[in-house]
Amino acid sequence: MGDLGLCWADQFQFFAASVCMTNCPTLIVMVGLPARGKTYISKKLTRYLNWIGVPTKEFNVGQYRRDLVKKYKSFEFFLPDNEEGLKIRKQCALAALNDVRQYLSEENGHVAVFDATNTTRERRETIYKFGEENGYKTFFVESVCVDPEVIAANIVQVKLGSPDYVECSNDEATEDFMKRIECYKNSYETLDETLDKDLSYIKIMDVGRSYLVNRVMDHIQSRIVYYLMNIHVTPRSIYLCRHGESELNLKGRIGGDPGLSVRGKEFAKSLAQFINEQNIKDLKVWTSQMKRTIQTAEALGVPYEQWKVLNEIDAGVCEEMTYEEIQENYPLEFALRDQDKYRYRYPKGESYEDLVQRLEPVIMELERQENVLVICHQAVMRCLLAYFLDKPAEQLPYLKCPLHTVLKLTPVAYGCKVDSIFLNVEAVNTHRDKPENVGVNRSREEALRTVPTHL
Amino acid sequence: MAAAPAAPAARELTQNPLQKTWEPYDNGLPAGHSAQRGVCMTNCPTLIVMVGLPARGKTYISKKLTRYLNWIGVPTKEFNVGQYRRDLVKKYKSFEFFLPDNEEGLKIRKQCALAALNDVRQYLSEENGHVAVFDATNTTRERRETIYKFGEENGYKTFFVESVCVDPEVIAANIVQVKLGSPDYVECSNDEATEDFMKRIECYKNSYETLDETLDKDLSYIKIMDVGRSYLVNRVMDHIQSRIVYYLMNIHVTPRSIYLCRHGESELNLKGRIGGDPGLSVRGKEFAKSLAQFINEQNIKDLKVWTSQMKRTIQTAEALGVPYEQWKVLNEIDAGVCEEMTYEEIQENYPLEFALRDQDKYRYRYPKGESYEDLVQRLEPVIMELERQENVLVICHQAVMRCLLAYFLDKPAEQLPYLKCPLHTVLKLTPVAYGCKVDSIFLNVEAVNTHRDKPENVGVNRSREEALRTVPTHL
Repeated sequence: MGDLGLCWADQFQFFAASVCMTNCPTLIVMVGLPARGKTYISKKLTRYLNWIGVPTKEFNVGQYRRDLVKKYKSFEFFLPDNEEGLKIRKQCALAALNDVRQYLSEENGHVAVFDATNTTRERRETIYKFGEENGYKTFFVESVCVDPEVIAANIVQVKLGSPDYVECSNDEATEDFMKRIECYKNSYETLDETLDKDLSYIKIMDVGRSYLVNRVMDHIQSRIVYYLMNIHVTPRSIYLCRHGESELNLKGRIGGDPGLSVRGKEFAKSLAQFINEQNIKDLKVWTSQMKRTIQTAEALGVPYEQWKVLNEIDAGVCEEMTYEEIQENYPLEFALRDQDKYRYRYPKGESYEDLVQRLEPVIMELERQENVLVICHQAVMRCLLAYFLDKPAEQLPYLKCPLHTVLKLTPVAYGCKVDSIFLNVEAVNTHRDKPENVGVNRSREEALRTVPTHL
Repeated sequence: MAAAPAAPAARELTQNPLQKTWEPYDNGLPAGHSAQRGVCMTNCPTLIVMVGLPARGKTYISKKLTRYLNWIGVPTKEFNVGQYRRDLVKKYKSFEFFLPDNEEGLKIRKQCALAALNDVRQYLSEENGHVAVFDATNTTRERRETIYKFGEENGYKTFFVESVCVDPEVIAANIVQVKLGSPDYVECSNDEATEDFMKRIECYKNSYETLDETLDKDLSYIKIMDVGRSYLVNRVMDHIQSRIVYYLMNIHVTPRSIYLCRHGESELNLKGRIGGDPGLSVRGKEFAKSLAQFINEQNIKDLKVWTSQMKRTIQTAEALGVPYEQWKVLNEIDAGVCEEMTYEEIQENYPLEFALRDQDKYRYRYPKGESYEDLVQRLEPVIMELERQENVLVICHQAVMRCLLAYFLDKPAEQLPYLKCPLHTVLKLTPVAYGCKVDSIFLNVEAVNTHRDKPENVGVNRSREEALRTVPTHL
């Protein structure tokens, strides 16, 4: 029987079950004027929680409004005395809350992020009551910022390109959006240390310069606070690549602790040259504790840090085998792996799911850092990439991370720009696609059809 | 190929025989350029400065934080200025020592603060300390500026931790917990001590300048309010400060107990074999039943039960008949190529490894396996969650239990791998004052001894007999 161990999310579920008798979903409520980073935070937080295995979804009320009111005219929609506007906006908020309820109470969602301004105490009370009625724990995330430069930069990054302003010039859009912000200012009631002392919340001030945290109730809220306190918006790039081609790669063998092949060493030199040419400010270099990544880093001639948690997935009894040998010796395991590559754990080894849990501190530190080059391994790189590109668990184990190719990730707007740079040193292909037949009774040929060529 | 700028020839790598880490070497000696990721890789030592009126938990936080940082591998030491005062002024008379107009008192207190700072400097700049916790009231802006300048001059990053509390019940409880038993009050009745201490607090109140969002906006600090109800965090500068903040935000003072035990005796335990994923022996199953009975009798409120993902801990938990949570990170240390071997077989097949392990059991990593040092890093989320939780029973394994116990009992790395964690024995840990009370309860079901002491001869050329002398008896 394949041993599909419990994933972190299942553990959290037991956990949540014992914390509050029933499985208590969490409702995160964003608070803040427009252009304060609410949607940026919502999307990022959602991406992080999903990656660590907590089913999370964001609900952007502005999007509901765009779906209802096909064409945005101007800031006047948001004037506090615009009855029609108020009616529609309330309708959208309720529609979004209804979807939240469906997600958390019927679709096994654990966390919902309700992304809207929610700038009045009255609106927040309505949402809090909604949460209480449905058995959700409510946690507020407020972003407060008065720095005009930050706000202007936000507008450029994410508002000018918004569907609302698709037919405006940048100047027109900026002018309208500034007036939109003004519509909210008079009625804005920030979270107050006294008036809101019984609520659970974090108030983020000046893009993370300081934080006020009140009444963290449970584990997930504690993790959310920790995450929010570690992210930043300083421009930077993250470079991901694998070690150079190894001796075992050449032979089609997985795992082990081999050294670089001749071409692998060439790649290391090319990587050094590439990094030099990129002229990156204060680049940190991280490797695993396996020889092949360290050898690769050595060629760079700069200090680097070894992380054991960046080691390649442990293939347990299958370490150093070829796929042919795995099929020969463990045909059942091989089939089970193809059936659910994310959750499948090698006998005496690990699963991708285990990898994600082990890599979480790396992600947290990457969030804290600025320019970083991570020299790692195929499965590890797939996990990290899935985090940055918001790829779900089903796709993660099949992401393409070929040897001798650097992925340069640069945060932009709400996502991540990816530049793929092949460093022009040939290497074997180590990517095995999911075969058509994943049944335990498949033939050897069916099982091995997608194995890439090797010596 | 186009001429590239001359890159330094990639250095050769050698594998450290103890830790199995790959290091570059020059002329046969390990060279620089490569750092192992422990926790914080700041070159800058950190000076943590406590702030707050007496009886606000400063020393409690200092000691706990120091314990945590040392456990995760960050050399940390606390410097309690009150202790310096007690060493200097042999006998404490009364609160009058602390009156703001007591010239003599002020002089002595300043002298103590400077002596402590001097020791801080020695620890951080000469003794390879990474973090120093300066535990004093530090309630005036002027005093904090002095300390901040001291930090700057010496190249330390300064991080303030303030505890603010106005709840009279909390303060009264603190006084009972840690002040009545203080050396200062050893000859007083509880009432006398309490009365004097309350007046001592009053001495500080008039000049108390709490960390201010505006005036202190350029400082790095966390302000803890009402024992963790809320926090104000300002300008976290680096990784270690971020970890410190996370830790401080997860600890609490609600009374509770943590129960640690190993799985019941396993089939491999009986044979003197390490690791593997065996089931319980007959006696192991009996223990599980005894454990269930014990837990019932203890009548613990809202007990959480945690196990590893190995069969023997899960089997043990099953006998309790309550929900439990499986944590993969609670799995026993991975002995790599030595999995399921007896010590005799390890000596037979890997005599060098066996000797290296005895030389430095904490850092030694089994080939294709783990070290105790690795275990600690893997267990850190468990410790963090244990801090958040209240009553918990952790059913785990020998090496894992040693790591957890070392955290609660503040045992250093050298002692950790030799802590005694026998089978069928529950350790009940209850936080009290600044430490942890330990009750050891043997559940009266016999089991093999699995504890192997450090032998006398740990040299690689020792005889088989010398190597195996401390191996406990088995089938």
